Amino acid sequence: MSTLANLATRIATGEIRVVDLTHTLDPDFPVIILPPEFGQCARFRMEEISAYDHRGPAWKWHNISMSEHTGTHFDAPAHWISGRDLPRAAVDEIDPANFIGPVCVIDCSDGAAEDEDFELTVPLIEGWEAAHGRIPAGAWVLMRTDWSKRRGAEYLNMREDGPHSPGPTPEAIRFLIEQRDIRGFGVETVGTDAGQGNHYIPPYPAHYYLHGAGRFGLQCLSDLDQLPPTGAVLIAAPLKIKNGTGSPLRVLALVEET
Amino acid sequence: MTHPLSPPPKKDPQKRSVSPTRPPEVRSRAALHLTAAAAEGRFALQRCADCGKVQYPPRDACSACLSTDLPWQDMAPGGTLIAETTVQTSPRLYFRERMPWRAGTVQLDAGPTVLAHIHGDVARHARVRVTARLDQAGQGVLVALPETDTPNMKDDPLMRALSADPKHRRVLITDARSAQALALARALQKAGAAIIFAGEPESWRPYPQRAELEALGVQILPMDVTDTASVKKLAGEIGGKTDILINTARFLRPGGVLDRGDTGFARDELEVNYLGLMRLAQAFGPGMCARASDGVNAAAAWVNLLSVGALSNARPFGAYSASQAGAYSLSQSLRAEFRPSGLRVMNVFFGPTEEDDWYQPLPPPRVTASALARSVVDGLQRGLEDVWCGDIAQDLRDRFRRDPKVLEREMTLGGEGA
Repeated sequence: MSTLANLATRIATGEIRVVDLTHTLDPDFPVIILPPEFGQCARFRMEEISAYDHRGPAWKWHNISMSEHTGTHFDAPAHWISGRDLPRAAVDEIDPANFIGPVCVIDCSDGAAEDEDFELTVPLIEGWEAAHGRIPAGAWVLMRTDWSKRRGAEYLNMREDGPHSPGPTPEAIRFLIEQRDIRGFGVETVGTDAGQGNHYIPPYPAHYYLHGAGRFGLQCLSDLDQLPPTGAVLIAAPLKIKNGTGSPLRVLALVEET
Repeated sequence: MTHPLSPPPKKDPQKRSVSPTRPPEVRSRAALHLTAAAAEGRFALQRCADCGKVQYPPRDACSACLSTDLPWQDMAPGGTLIAETTVQTSPRLYFRERMPWRAGTVQLDAGPTVLAHIHGDVARHARVRVTARLDQAGQGVLVALPETDTPNMKDDPLMRALSADPKHRRVLITDARSAQALALARALQKAGAAIIFAGEPESWRPYPQRAELEALGVQILPMDVTDTASVKKLAGEIGGKTDILINTARFLRPGGVLDRGDTGFARDELEVNYLGLMRLAQAFGPGMCARASDGVNAAAAWVNLLSVGALSNARPFGAYSASQAGAYSLSQSLRAEFRPSGLRVMNVFFGPTEEDDWYQPLPPPRVTASALARSVVDGLQRGLEDVWCGDIAQDLRDRFRRDPKVLEREMTLGGEGA
């Protein structure tokens, strides 16, 4: 049996589990909030075109609208000023082979439960590697915080001094890119950067370094607690939007049952 | 003396809701000036520019000198009730359902004798104050009130029919986050509103006045006027007990066409200010229209808060003004569409506000939320259609009426150049 036929069979038999890491596109799902004088990220919206009625007797359909960065979404290098001049930096230009790859999951859920501003640091990554092995080149690295289980105001966790949510330090994200050559970095929070990430130098280091190095981001992921630390394969293909800087998408993981 | 109005009993679920009926609507074009004045709470009659005679009813020519120069002027309200009758039966459904009905003639101090509805507290042959009100057909009628206020006089069935008094009514404030929501809730509560609901968009984003609204007892329920499903959902839940709807949802940013350079904020302005109103009306309008004669807490009014920039574009809020003009035009369509039910549409116009951050760089005067709330409640109690809150709104209204083109030219000055 060929590898692909084998894969298909094992998915069908349940030996390989398909895990959905995607939030439902819901008009009430939080989006990132910027100072009000800046342009804002559009919320997901859905308007009925017809519903088996006088507007279309035998069919129901909707017009939908949203930002490239609404809901569970992919960030392309073109999203950030550091990646603006890179080749193939928009979602429609990225080699599709990048959309399927191995994934390492660093469990920060205990730390995030204790400290809403929890930081992923280089020592933490090295500690994870001591237990699970070195992060392979070309891997997705996902920061599990169980933040996707939060609802309502708890999710953005917005206060007068801005949002509070976990994220990587500038050193950690540079380590992952420069020392481990990762494909991209994904989180359960609304941004790859910590809620207070604009107070690092540089501001928003995950965005700045990842996209400056042509790497990708995945945000608003869900259910990362369903993934093993290593061994899963991530499928994350953004919509092919011309010159798109990102895209809502369905993120799936293939997990081998042991 | 008027009996104080009791809170209405809970509705008998086995009884059909009363379909709205209306008093006669047809008027001559000349008589519509009386309605236009009543729509903003003024009592005006024609005074002949040539011979000075004040005449009633309104005509196309002076009944004394046949002049056609008949400007409308605000009248002193004083008069004497000279004759009256209590109508016991009528071919008109609206009056049949409200019998007996008191009507009479008043000799105005200003000259003419007028036909008026008579408040229950007016004694025979007494001195009265004549005021012009809009009836359920949206037409101006004259009402003789006691010369001085009497206890509970607003509770008289006649006054309830000629107003949209919040007392014992259930009010929906559509956006709890609005800078005016808290002041409105306070004013409505003071005016005796039975329940105050407030729609809350984006509950995942905290805002300081939420705690204060909750402390007042406001029922905060999820609704975002840009999300059709959420508007339909709330209408499904409370549409049948929304007697007054006050649309506080507003998206405001400075900028015109060239200084913005994109359509992002304009789209938000239209989504909230124009399409938001349309979504609310499509979801809540039919139910409110159906309940426009439903007893003490019948659905009574739809209130739009509009920037006076709706009349003539006001820089530096050019694009926002355009969205307000759209909302104003839509409110006129709503008036026409609600008219058969008797549900009122009240537009409250105002200039820059104190509490909306975006007006911070503008010099005073600015309209405070509490002043706006007072205007809203006063307008509802008097059954108005057009309310002009604050000096800027009143000034722009007057200049607009004098000459819209002159106003436009003043509002679009280029500034002195080389």
